[in-house]
Amino acid sequence: MNVLAYLIPVSLMLGAVGLIGFLYTLRSRQYEDPEGDSRRILDETWDDRPKP
Amino acid sequence: MTAVPDPRPMACPGCAAVPADTTVPVAQPDDILLSLPEIHCHTCIRSAEAALMDRADVARARVNLTLKRAYVTPVGDVDADALVATLASAGLVAYPLDPTALQSKATEAAGRALLMRLAVAGFAAMNVMLLSVAVWSGATDATRDMFHWISAAIALPAVAFCGQPFFAGAWRALSARRLSMDVPIALAILLALGTSLWETALSGHHAYFDAAITLCFFLLAGRYLEFRTRAAARSAAEELTALEVPRATRIIGGVPLEVPVADLSVGDTILVRAGGRIPVDGIVRDGAAELDRSMLTGETIPMPAAVGSNVAAGETVLSGPLTIEATAVGRDTALHRLADLVAVAEAGRARYTPLADKAAALYAPGVHILAVLAWAGWMLWTGDMRVALNIAAAVLIITCPCALGLAVPAVTTAASGALFRRGVLIKSATALERLAEVDTVVFDKTGTLTEGVPQVLDWDDVPEEARHVALALARGSTHPLSVAIAGQGGAAARVRRVREVAGYGTEGTWNGMPVRLGRAGWAGPEDDAHEGLCTWVQLGNGAAHRIRFADTLRPGVRETIAALRDAGLDIEMMSGDREVAVSATARAAGIDRAHGGCLPEDKVARIAALHADGRRVLMVGDGLNDTGALATAHVSLSPASALDAARVASDMVLLGARFDALPEALRCARAARRRITENFRIATIYNVIAVPLAVAGLATPLIAALAMSASSITVSLNAMRGIWR
Repeated sequence: MNVLAYLIPVSLMLGAVGLIGFLYTLRSRQYEDPEGDSRRILDETWDDRPKP
Repeated sequence: MTAVPDPRPMACPGCAAVPADTTVPVAQPDDILLSLPEIHCHTCIRSAEAALMDRADVARARVNLTLKRAYVTPVGDVDADALVATLASAGLVAYPLDPTALQSKATEAAGRALLMRLAVAGFAAMNVMLLSVAVWSGATDATRDMFHWISAAIALPAVAFCGQPFFAGAWRALSARRLSMDVPIALAILLALGTSLWETALSGHHAYFDAAITLCFFLLAGRYLEFRTRAAARSAAEELTALEVPRATRIIGGVPLEVPVADLSVGDTILVRAGGRIPVDGIVRDGAAELDRSMLTGETIPMPAAVGSNVAAGETVLSGPLTIEATAVGRDTALHRLADLVAVAEAGRARYTPLADKAAALYAPGVHILAVLAWAGWMLWTGDMRVALNIAAAVLIITCPCALGLAVPAVTTAASGALFRRGVLIKSATALERLAEVDTVVFDKTGTLTEGVPQVLDWDDVPEEARHVALALARGSTHPLSVAIAGQGGAAARVRRVREVAGYGTEGTWNGMPVRLGRAGWAGPEDDAHEGLCTWVQLGNGAAHRIRFADTLRPGVRETIAALRDAGLDIEMMSGDREVAVSATARAAGIDRAHGGCLPEDKVARIAALHADGRRVLMVGDGLNDTGALATAHVSLSPASALDAARVASDMVLLGARFDALPEALRCARAARRRITENFRIATIYNVIAVPLAVAGLATPLIAALAMSASSITVSLNAMRGIWR
């Protein structure tokens, strides 16, 4: 059962990574315009080079 | 763009760890907001942003497609109208929005805070549940204790953060000496955590950490759903208000200057052009005009106003212009005093108890009594405090209103979403429940059942010559009656020197004769015996001919009334207009009972009388004279064209020009109410099965978790079953 000593922290870490990722998307306001964001990806303007 | 300090407190380590991204736009106080009602694809976004960014005075522009808005950060002073013109030249329809009418910032922050709590609760619940599964599948001794301790280490801080809305709610209820749904929730969570900690310390078998945090998660999900629904309706309602940027033209030293209405003060001289709404109470100093008072009184016949007449805020100038000296502004105007009727009436309606609160009133004391009885019984039976407390905690956890907390919001979210797509905006949280109870519908006439746009009656009865002259004269004016005549089409006579005489009508010369089109006394006989809306056309010194008008019904009104009657509702009409006009409209719409000449107070009194008879009234109205009635009624609805005050007073707003959605909204509300009752029943059945197990001491954390999740999921699925047939 000693493997638990690694596995539990690892699983908690992975979960925390997901949580922090979610909080990042929340704080950078990525849920404010779901309609627009899903359409913006179809825009070809910055396909060739990144937006300056 | 500069970084905006985020006002939210750092509530968890995650917030501190994640820097706020400052490159994403935040609506700043000096941002200009534009409504873009017709955008729908990425090309629209692209062209709107490109058109705005091409201007030298725009620092950045960002379109939000979900809200159909553009946020523009200007450089220096930019007029919103100039931006609208820029977008118009790019082929886009835009309207300036009044940012002070939008409180979306506070709402957004509250929504994000709730979502953050939901996310943390979800994360913690998943991890604790993972550890609990290990315990249930047979972890023993030291392993079990370790798993319990890890669970506690996750659950305690998570509950402390996520459970705040419930603890705060319970505290508010208790300090007001009431019981709300939050009290048993908070008590169950705290007691479960407390006994579980105690059990863990004594290396006991059962710990309810998973139940406590899952409870938080489900209940937060219900709260979030409820919040989203209300925020969506509120922001749509606010947008209607924000579209009407109130502006007035003030004359200072002979120079007209456009200013916000809020900046006006008593003694100011204000210019109101034809078609404009009067922003203040005042006295006419210059000009003569006809006023449309229908928003204030329901009266459709225009009132003449000349130098020295008193005018009130809310009246519309039909022909103009008028120069007015303000005698009362803002809160002191007659318009605001009418709006105060609303505040009084709303205090009366606060008596309505929502279904959820009714359930809580039955449920909360019952649960507490049951838990105390279970504790006392086991205390007497075994004399063991630890066992008795564990049983009491199990009873509280199992009866905890996860399903009850989801039963109402899940249904209202589904129903409001369906109604919103049909153009019905639900503003109040309990409007759907109240709509389902309605048995009487009271309609206002002017602007509600009718379009408020006059139509010519019996045009062919007017002699041909007079018709041609009237057409020619009508084309020279923007008065609504002239517009109605001009809309008749046909050949116009060659009338020369057409000029409009403000407040009277239009005159000109035809075949060397003076001709006039206008109100009685100026054209036509001095005293007009006819009761309806009419105007006169006079050729030379000959006889004058009367042209009659009627207000036309909105499209689909007859069908709507018939459908409502089929649904078993009584229908009435109340209007401030004259008896004759009211009964004519009532006949056309198919309404039997109509009351004319009602003052705003009469409308309120009539609705109060209906309520006293045990009836539940749905009031549909649009004018200021309806606001009192709207607020008094059991539930109220106003069309989007209504005055702002009327929309604020009503529970629902109907977008679009047709009433077709009303019978469907009623059906949907009744279906939603049935679904809510079903949900309560499902939740009760789960409790009836699980509570005896808990009281008997047979409930394990596994059974608690199963009962809780299963009932919550059943209730949510039941709510999602199509409400809309």
